[in-house]
Amino acid sequence: MNRVLSLAGLSVLAVLTGCASTPAPKADYTVYRQHMPKSILVLPPINDSPDVRATYSVLSSTTAPIAEAGYYVFPVALVEQTFKENGLSNPAEIQQVPTQKLQEIFGADAALYMTVTEYGSKYQILQSTTSVAATAKLIDLKTGAQLWQGTQRLDVVDGGDQGAGIVGLLVNAAISQIANNLTDKAYPVAGLVNQQMFSPIANPNTGLLHGARSAQFMPDGQ
Amino acid sequence: MLQHLKIRTKLLLLLSIGLLGGCATSAPSLYHWGSYQELVYTQYSKPDKATPERQIAALERDIQKAKSANKPLPPGFYAHLAYQYLVTGNKSKATEYLMLEKQIFPESTVYVDLMLKHAS
Repeated sequence: MNRVLSLAGLSVLAVLTGCASTPAPKADYTVYRQHMPKSILVLPPINDSPDVRATYSVLSSTTAPIAEAGYYVFPVALVEQTFKENGLSNPAEIQQVPTQKLQEIFGADAALYMTVTEYGSKYQILQSTTSVAATAKLIDLKTGAQLWQGTQRLDVVDGGDQGAGIVGLLVNAAISQIANNLTDKAYPVAGLVNQQMFSPIANPNTGLLHGARSAQFMPDGQ
Repeated sequence: MLQHLKIRTKLLLLLSIGLLGGCATSAPSLYHWGSYQELVYTQYSKPDKATPERQIAALERDIQKAKSANKPLPPGFYAHLAYQYLVTGNKSKATEYLMLEKQIFPESTVYVDLMLKHAS
């Protein structure tokens, strides 16, 4: 399902960004290029929303957009397990671990610190709105320098006179049986948020730079 | 940058179709994703549906599918699979897949070596 969904998300967002008439201004990538990471350690996101599912839902869909951008992404569930075995299960605590310690344990070049600021569906009489919003910072683990930051928010309106909403989107992507069993409507939206925030293709002005494993990687800047 | 995108379904569908009409800028994907991310999500949301045994079965199927699609599996895939084997007590499979993760993605060396210590 995930591949189909991420493809659908990518195509929708590619249109939203790639063909948008007023793209966001280009971010400053100077420091990022100076410390171009090859590997990224995604830390469990802090959850500022009331929905306990937010952390793992957003965490689950970070790997694809970052790996497709050309970086090595450490296995997120194993990383979470490693922290747990060392007595750290709270994302806020994990994000306090000194960068040097993270580098020692994982050998990662950079770590991604995320916060989910909004997650879930609001139900009105005729329609519901599913919103996911997140922020992210990419930190160089050797120097502690901030290489990149991102903020993304998506609201998907479901019901009313607008057709089938998220379910319709998934049906369109030929994955209706999953759509019908979907208990957490914010999960596919979280995938779109990650795609839109990180992907240098969906978001060429403020997304991640193409990494060393991408065919579009430019070692001398882009 | 805070980008607030309000998407209505019809618009979404139209845009999806619009893309097919020639707006595409996306490169083909680097990896065969299979069920990896989905299993991670299910492992947290419905753990009984992503037991180590079920994950092993699904991920081994992904390896076959990736072979026929002639595409590599993504970063972390083999390490994640190795861990499922480790949990079920199959240390030799766990070690085999950890070595494969390291071989394909040398960026993982430090962490995989730590995992190998666990596995031995």
